[in-house]
Amino acid sequence: MVKQKQETANQPDNTAFTQQRLPAWQPIISAGIVIPGFLIIGLAFIGIGVALFVTSQSIQVLEMDYTGVDKTSPCNRCTDPNVKSCLCQMDFSIDTLFKGPVFFYYGLSNYYQNFRKYGVSIDYNQLFGDLSYFTSPSEKCSPYQYDNNNNPIVPCGAMANSMFSDTFKLFQIVNGTNKEVPLDGKGIAWWTDSNIKYRNPSVTPLQMAFNNTVKPLLWANPAYQLDPADANNNGFINQDFLVWMRRAALPNFRKLYRRITSGDYTQGLPAGNYTLQIAYNYPVLSFGGRKTVVFSNVSWMGGKNDFLGIAYLVIGSMCIIMSIVMLIVYAKFRFSEEE
Amino acid sequence: MTWRSPLALVRDALAGQRARERDLRSLVSNLPFENQKKTRQPNRYFSGNAIKTTKYTFLLFIPMNLYEQFHRWANIYFVGLAILNFVPVVNAFQPEVALIPILVILSLTALKDGWEDFRRYQSDRKINNTPCFIYSSKEKQFMKRRWKDVRVGDFVKVVCNEIIPADLLLLHISDPNGVCHVETANLDGETNLKQRRVVPGLCIMLPEFVPESFDSTVVCERPNNNLNHFICYVEKPDREKVGAGIESLLLRGCKVKNTQYAVGFVVYAGHETKSMLNNSGARYKRSKLERKLNTDVIFCVILLFTMCLIGAVGHSLWLQALPGVPPYLVPYSTGQLDSPALSGFYMFFTMIILLQILIPISLYVSIELVKISQIFFITNDIDLYDEGTDSRAQCKTLNITEDLGQIEYIFSDKTGTLTENKMVFRRCSIMGTEYPHKENAIRLAVLDEPDSEEEVIFDQPPRTPQTGWSLEAEDTNLEDARHHHGGRRKSKISLNADSSVAFSSPLETEVIPDRKLLQKISKTESSGRQQMDPYLDFFLALAICNTVVVSTATAQRQRVKRFSHCGQTSNPLDTLSNLVKKAGSFRHVFTFCNRNPVRKLSEDSVVEEDHFNPPVKMEETRDTDGIETCSLHAPSECNQSALTSDNLCYEAESPDEAALVYAAKAYGFTLMARTPDSVTVRLPSGKDLVFEVLDTLAFDFNRKRMSVLVRHPVTKEHVLYTKGADYAIMELLGTPYAEHLSGIQKNIAADTQYHLDCYAKDGLRTLCFTKKIVSDEVYESWSVKRRSALAAINDREELIMDTAVQLETKLSLLGATGIEDRLQESVPDTIVALREAGIQVWVLTGDKPETAVNISYACSLLKDEDLVINMSCKDKLTCTSILDCTLEEVRRYSQNPRNVDTTPDISLVIDGHTLAMALSSDLQDRFVDLAKRCRSVVCCRVTPLQKSDVVKVVQDKLKVMTLAVGDGANDVNMIQAADVGIGILGQEGMQAVMASDFAVSHFKHLKKLLLVHGHWCHTRLANMIIYFFYKNVAYVNMLFWYQFFCGFSGTTMIDYWLLIFFNLLFTSVPPIMFGIMDNDVSAEMLLGVPELYKTGQGAGEYKSSTFWVAILDAFYQSLVCFFIPYMAYWNSDVDLFTFGTPLNTISLFTILLHLSIEIKAWTWVHWLIMVGSVGLYFIVTVAYSAACITCNPPSNPYWILQRQMADPMFYLICIISTVVALLPRYTFHVLRNSINPTPLMQARHLDKLDPFSRDQWIKEWRSFRGGEQVKRFRLSAPSSPTLESPVDIYPPSFTTSDIVGDEMTLDVITESSQRSAHT
Repeated sequence: MVKQKQETANQPDNTAFTQQRLPAWQPIISAGIVIPGFLIIGLAFIGIGVALFVTSQSIQVLEMDYTGVDKTSPCNRCTDPNVKSCLCQMDFSIDTLFKGPVFFYYGLSNYYQNFRKYGVSIDYNQLFGDLSYFTSPSEKCSPYQYDNNNNPIVPCGAMANSMFSDTFKLFQIVNGTNKEVPLDGKGIAWWTDSNIKYRNPSVTPLQMAFNNTVKPLLWANPAYQLDPADANNNGFINQDFLVWMRRAALPNFRKLYRRITSGDYTQGLPAGNYTLQIAYNYPVLSFGGRKTVVFSNVSWMGGKNDFLGIAYLVIGSMCIIMSIVMLIVYAKFRFSEEE
Repeated sequence: MTWRSPLALVRDALAGQRARERDLRSLVSNLPFENQKKTRQPNRYFSGNAIKTTKYTFLLFIPMNLYEQFHRWANIYFVGLAILNFVPVVNAFQPEVALIPILVILSLTALKDGWEDFRRYQSDRKINNTPCFIYSSKEKQFMKRRWKDVRVGDFVKVVCNEIIPADLLLLHISDPNGVCHVETANLDGETNLKQRRVVPGLCIMLPEFVPESFDSTVVCERPNNNLNHFICYVEKPDREKVGAGIESLLLRGCKVKNTQYAVGFVVYAGHETKSMLNNSGARYKRSKLERKLNTDVIFCVILLFTMCLIGAVGHSLWLQALPGVPPYLVPYSTGQLDSPALSGFYMFFTMIILLQILIPISLYVSIELVKISQIFFITNDIDLYDEGTDSRAQCKTLNITEDLGQIEYIFSDKTGTLTENKMVFRRCSIMGTEYPHKENAIRLAVLDEPDSEEEVIFDQPPRTPQTGWSLEAEDTNLEDARHHHGGRRKSKISLNADSSVAFSSPLETEVIPDRKLLQKISKTESSGRQQMDPYLDFFLALAICNTVVVSTATAQRQRVKRFSHCGQTSNPLDTLSNLVKKAGSFRHVFTFCNRNPVRKLSEDSVVEEDHFNPPVKMEETRDTDGIETCSLHAPSECNQSALTSDNLCYEAESPDEAALVYAAKAYGFTLMARTPDSVTVRLPSGKDLVFEVLDTLAFDFNRKRMSVLVRHPVTKEHVLYTKGADYAIMELLGTPYAEHLSGIQKNIAADTQYHLDCYAKDGLRTLCFTKKIVSDEVYESWSVKRRSALAAINDREELIMDTAVQLETKLSLLGATGIEDRLQESVPDTIVALREAGIQVWVLTGDKPETAVNISYACSLLKDEDLVINMSCKDKLTCTSILDCTLEEVRRYSQNPRNVDTTPDISLVIDGHTLAMALSSDLQDRFVDLAKRCRSVVCCRVTPLQKSDVVKVVQDKLKVMTLAVGDGANDVNMIQAADVGIGILGQEGMQAVMASDFAVSHFKHLKKLLLVHGHWCHTRLANMIIYFFYKNVAYVNMLFWYQFFCGFSGTTMIDYWLLIFFNLLFTSVPPIMFGIMDNDVSAEMLLGVPELYKTGQGAGEYKSSTFWVAILDAFYQSLVCFFIPYMAYWNSDVDLFTFGTPLNTISLFTILLHLSIEIKAWTWVHWLIMVGSVGLYFIVTVAYSAACITCNPPSNPYWILQRQMADPMFYLICIISTVVALLPRYTFHVLRNSINPTPLMQARHLDKLDPFSRDQWIKEWRSFRGGEQVKRFRLSAPSSPTLESPVDIYPPSFTTSDIVGDEMTLDVITESSQRSAHT
């Protein structure tokens, strides 16, 4: 016995793995098999497509350009860079009830927030409330790291510096008088941003933390005075600031400005005439940009977008057509398959 | 250590350099200098015996390994990118992140290298510390030291079975003959023993060797790696030079046998030894697929540069189009912005960094992994395992497994590759008379039958064994015969298991003598004119003219010695004590030997003895006999009593020799012993003749013959026995044999030639035997020349050959032998299958055309209905015209539309001489053109060099993949020339195997190796590579499309870490698994339908079109993956990385599902890895998104995936994008599979059937195709059909150009053999 063992010492193991005989499922995709698959996918897609399309159609959107490029535009005079603190008004009317909750966005086009060096120009440690970065901001913020007097800029960087600075007030014209529509600025930013990612230094009053620093060059007010109305909406956790700091993916984007949820407008904006008062501060003509305001209500699928619904419908139909083609192919070539 | 000036050190180093590089080295003994300082040692310049095979040292490992790794351009590319990333103006990622891929790859490789190096270090240390014995003049004896202490110029003692520590010049051994043997299995794997002798004329005469007395200078050549060549001479103080060659060199790594100890002078040590110089690691070959792959990588580089250029130009155009300075452009701290052109220039490099994975660097690592596992599967295939030799298939070259799937031409050796190379003596012709040995043929046929048929055969009337027995055994009854056969069978089985004694398996050892021939011999014996009888001379030539080593059948391989020499050379007292010792060892030999039931037929009735229980008494008497007779200096009697021929084992370098010696033994001419100086042959009368061997003219491929020059003990004549190939001998024939027979002599040469041709047509190997009596004067003058030739340093080989040629003239023909070499198992099946697989099979052999043609018919290479073109011409002019005519005719033949179905295949038989002309540069093209149209080509009488030339010409002219398969040293050239070389682990040593890329034990293994493993390896690797290209392009392009929406600024919408993990973690394992485990068609199907192999030939699965389709598909898919989410998120408030998350997820799904369309068979491993990859993606991304709050700016993916996963839109976008991306490919597959399925797809359909109906189908399909039926036909069929029905074997071949001329009618052979049988 021992001898025999020695003689076959080199014999390979006869296992399913080493002999490559593992049990396997061998699907062969051919016409006959895929017909039900195509059919099911097609039907499912058409169903989803219909649901998406219907939802998208039910969303109301009102978009207005207020850049003021047109001479006739009420905001045209504000495009002159020499004019400071310019106010302009846009009038518009709503025919039917704009169902609430209404989301109020500002939109920018041709604005490359996704430009690489722009995105890098930020100091997250500073924005996390780390005081040591207040006195010496990160290199990445350069050239918005120190001002000409070598004082540290807080918050530093190009992104913070270029924060959108237009402000809006919405009035409903009721019997000739302007009735202000309350705009809700709470919770427009991500919860994780305002509670975890961005923090104010734990110094009270907040202003103390900003001693020996300067505000970003383009800013009107320092960070701790962003919202004079709400003391808790200042510093780095200011909602507008947070919304701005979340970089847009594409050069044409909108950002949430306010929500219309309270007062007489919980059901939405009733039909009527409205006027929008714009504090026009933000220049966009230097890069051919446009500014818009957008009123929109949202559904489970977010804002209005017909594309996805149509895509589902098209692909679903294609699958159905495909399954018919497969049926023909199957009928025609079944015999050769069996051979 | 004394201080020495640096100048002296430099001078010393230079002197050492000079000494090492000199063509000749002079070495002297170290002993007189033993107590001196190291700087005074004469041999200090030569390397010591300590070896170091490690590449690295412990401290310098990291820098050295890095240096090593940066030899790969891929790594340099990686590092270049990483460095680029540290340049602020162009960086795309954070510099640290870009370092990750290169660090991972470098550290993995370093880890592997380090581990391998550590293993080498351990083995080095073990080897260097192996004990050995070095002579010390202080102690006056050999002291136990370690291998690393051995220096050049030392005297080292090696005992039996000990491994030799360095290359030693053999000065002294315990054996008084001055001859021992070495086993070189460690070096070249050859298991037969090689003889080594003490340098003649030095100190062998002394009973005890005193190293101090060695005062000569050894002059030897510079170290080289030739194992079979060594030149050296020893210059004594009196200026006398003694030449020595490889026969006196003990090589490091070998084992000493047949002597108690040996003492040698160290000539080379450590790394300068021949075995170390031969250690050249695994070879690197580049496979066809890999060459193709590299061109496609270049395409990828072009693609990358184009894309970067688009990015750069786009960026600068975009900048120029801006009317002012927007707030999102970040100036330098000085407030300046780069000009658009400069920014574009910088952007080019940023893009390279961003799109770097377009160059599939990880592909190379993956390919390596896949190949390792492919090799694992090949070597672990139980079907390629041979139980007989306990050997698996071996892969020597690690990276050409996929080439096995693309072979178009196979060049095969014949002997040992198609045939077993187990030689069996079949027939002989002596003095023009044929002795057919019918009985022997019958015996072989019986042995050949499978077990089940055994009974049937023995129940037949026992006509054959009875008639076939030797004269003494005439009365053997049926019972005995059966016993004999049974016994033989048993021993055959037991012996087959051990290859080292394969030569002495009963098949070869037992030859049943031809009755007529036996009678003839016994007549001559009794007539008493023993000295001049041609029959006796013939058998003496058989027994003497060879280099067979005689040993007893023991595992120790104790060589049988004649005792007489010891008595003559040393004092009697010493001898006696020696003899007692030896007798003791003999008892051991006997007992051991008898346990081994080797049965042999001889005149002694020992055959019937029970070998398992030998009578102890008998043994003892033998022992005492031995001592007594030897002490009385009676050599012949001593031998006779001490040894029976039963215990002899013959070990030959070529199996032919052993077969001949066994044949001679069957007729009573037993080779009893061989020493360098003498050969002992026992005659049928029981008398021992001791021939003094004057010289041996060894075999070489140029002369094709060998000779032994002996002094006849009775007549004292110098007799030269020569044997060789018939054409090498027939030219040299001089005077016919002896004068007194002159009457009949005229015809001997012609008759013998005639018989030789008949043998060849039966597929036998032929050898001619001659004798020549050399007169004293001739011998004297010749031996002077010979000696000077032997001592020559320059052109030694040529000089030695010249002297041999001088002596081998005017030979007298004695006769010829026919030896059978039987076909290996399943050779015809294999050849038919290979041919159906679209592979052309050529046979290149050194044999005669007739032999080769016959074997070709036997192994289905040639068919009866084939049109055989026989090319053999004398000069180039005829060769050219024949080539042209044939080509013309063949062309016309194949163009004729009527011949499409009826055309018999054309085969070409060409001989070496003609081949040489056909391969000349002006005829090459025509020859290749002709050969291309032939179904099979047989080249006969080709030299090893021609073999490789043929391979090279076909490879160059036809641009095809070639495979060469062979087993012997003569195939080495061919094996190395071909794209894939395969060595057969056969009888002829290991040289072919060492040179090969793969080694298998039988020719039949080629079938599975090529059809199954070759196909699998090729399809797997090809599909994996294409997939890899696709994967990288698809993923990277998605980043590229985004550049159009971010001002070509090099922004990524995916977190850098996730980007790197995507390639490194999430999608790296599935393609590797795909490359390792994908099974498109089952092995049974591939073997059953060899035509499937054709899919791999030519470009195979990896075509340019496939590559470009994959790239286009990747472009399409990346467009879908990018633009569907783009459209879905258009004009929304989506942020950068929230947008990137579905993109990344879609890519993952698309890429993995794309793979799952390609995967042909899903095992649990596939499921595990695919599901695991998706799972890993989500787990890692979720964990990363949850943990990374302020890390890794600017991406900061905190809580992004979590938010996305709560959004139904995320899923809806993912689903539709994946479906749209994969729909075209899927539909294409479906339609192709349904409308026009590839052969492989059809095979897969069949694979789904249950095994039984599948086999049924294959059978039907075969018969439908009228497939080439394997003709069951053996050369050694019972009752010698080769003679009765010759037409079956060599059918009338329609030779269009019948140059050979003499068409021999084979009835004549039958007649002549019958005539000779009746006399």
